[in-house]
Amino acid sequence: MAEFLMPSLGADMEAGTLVEWLKQPGDRVKRGDVVAVVETQKGAIEVDIFEDGIIERWLVEPGTTVPVGTPLALIGSGEPAAAIPASIPRVPVSASASEVPPAPGPQPWVPLPIEPKPRSHRPRASPAARRWAAERGIALDALTGSGPRGAIVLDDVERAVASLAPLPTAAKRLDFGEMRRAIAAAMSRSKREIPHYYLSTTVDLTRALAWLETVNATRPPAQRLLLAALLLRAVAGALGKAPEFNGYYTAEGFQPTAGIHIGAAIAIRGGGLIAPAIHDVNRLSLDEVMARLRDLVARARSGALRSSELSDPTITVTNLGERGVEAVFGIIYPPQVALVGFGAPVERPWAASGQVALRRVLTATLAADHRASDGHRGALFLADIDRRLQNPEAL
Amino acid sequence: MTRNDVTAVLVDELGRIAPEIDAIGLNPDADLREEFDIDSMDFLNLVTALSQRLQIDIPEIDYPNLATFGHAVKYLTQKLGTAG
Repeated sequence: MAEFLMPSLGADMEAGTLVEWLKQPGDRVKRGDVVAVVETQKGAIEVDIFEDGIIERWLVEPGTTVPVGTPLALIGSGEPAAAIPASIPRVPVSASASEVPPAPGPQPWVPLPIEPKPRSHRPRASPAARRWAAERGIALDALTGSGPRGAIVLDDVERAVASLAPLPTAAKRLDFGEMRRAIAAAMSRSKREIPHYYLSTTVDLTRALAWLETVNATRPPAQRLLLAALLLRAVAGALGKAPEFNGYYTAEGFQPTAGIHIGAAIAIRGGGLIAPAIHDVNRLSLDEVMARLRDLVARARSGALRSSELSDPTITVTNLGERGVEAVFGIIYPPQVALVGFGAPVERPWAASGQVALRRVLTATLAADHRASDGHRGALFLADIDRRLQNPEAL
Repeated sequence: MTRNDVTAVLVDELGRIAPEIDAIGLNPDADLREEFDIDSMDFLNLVTALSQRLQIDIPEIDYPNLATFGHAVKYLTQKLGTAG
């Protein structure tokens, strides 16, 4: 028996409101299933579960606001009922519960919210309603909700769609001022508290890009790979041998984590960014990483991220090369301890084996926390990323 | 499918990626990636959508033909012509 808890989506989050249950008591759930929708100051978030089991019963009704960590439901194993113990141990249901001791102190801090409008101005709505409204360009503020505590549900949006023909306003749903303030707070804290060091190296990407082009030539667009997927796999592989870059720095010092959950920095149209996690990148194939990345970018931009993706990246990768710059020196997202940055692949004269030739190269950088590692280990880590990119078939 | 139909499909798909930009008033010679702030994921999604809607193959090697709005309309129209 385990408890399904109100998740913490940031150090500043004290409570959340249950908007709706998406599963019923008796339903069998799998790790990763979205079980509930919770309204927080960071918007409506789909809360996924980290355990297989059966929903035994709800402990909280929709419309109730409860503190972070409050049990929302009891999850049974699905085995024939043993007597329910009188006192249920409070086991946090967390992404890496099976691999890692629960992190002491506050949950990993998430600085960059999606849809971070102040609650008072932001209508309560289910993510499905929100998505549909965004697609159809319906302003949620204009709708009257028929769900719990006036929450706007899909039916309300359908009715509005039937009666209106408005212009798309998807970009307006995000409060960029609020997102900018969140970024400012996170980055100020990082610069104040984290003794960063920075390393940079140039990686010959010629083989990796040629391999990518060969693979993509035989695939329809829906199955094509992007360089970003190769870079994520290379980082995940190298992290396996460099645990001091993967985890959280808390009051107890650095806590490495077994799961490699890479936060992929995603730019939001109109300004701002968010870095939700792709879980267990070290255990995924290249195609799986690409599929997850594609899904994550789409959901980040439509405002449909899940609680686990926001709460547990163990390192961040930023790919600002997309925008043409050659190098990016990142600022670490607390409480993480490292950020890997990739610039744009550029063609350069390159000396190798006593000859100069034109090669496509990319600048890889590491910003890391000196409380958790030092430059020597950082250099080995970057060199390992480089080595892995020379052998793209193995990624 | 006429050139106007192709233009309409392209405007529609660009609008999905960048709803805040008016594709109809766009300079046909402007760089699409810059005008629409399109990254490689957006571009791949655009190519995927165009390829599915128009039922044509758009190999990676042809991506330079989609660099501007004008080029893209021309390329897609030609592709449809040769395919049909």
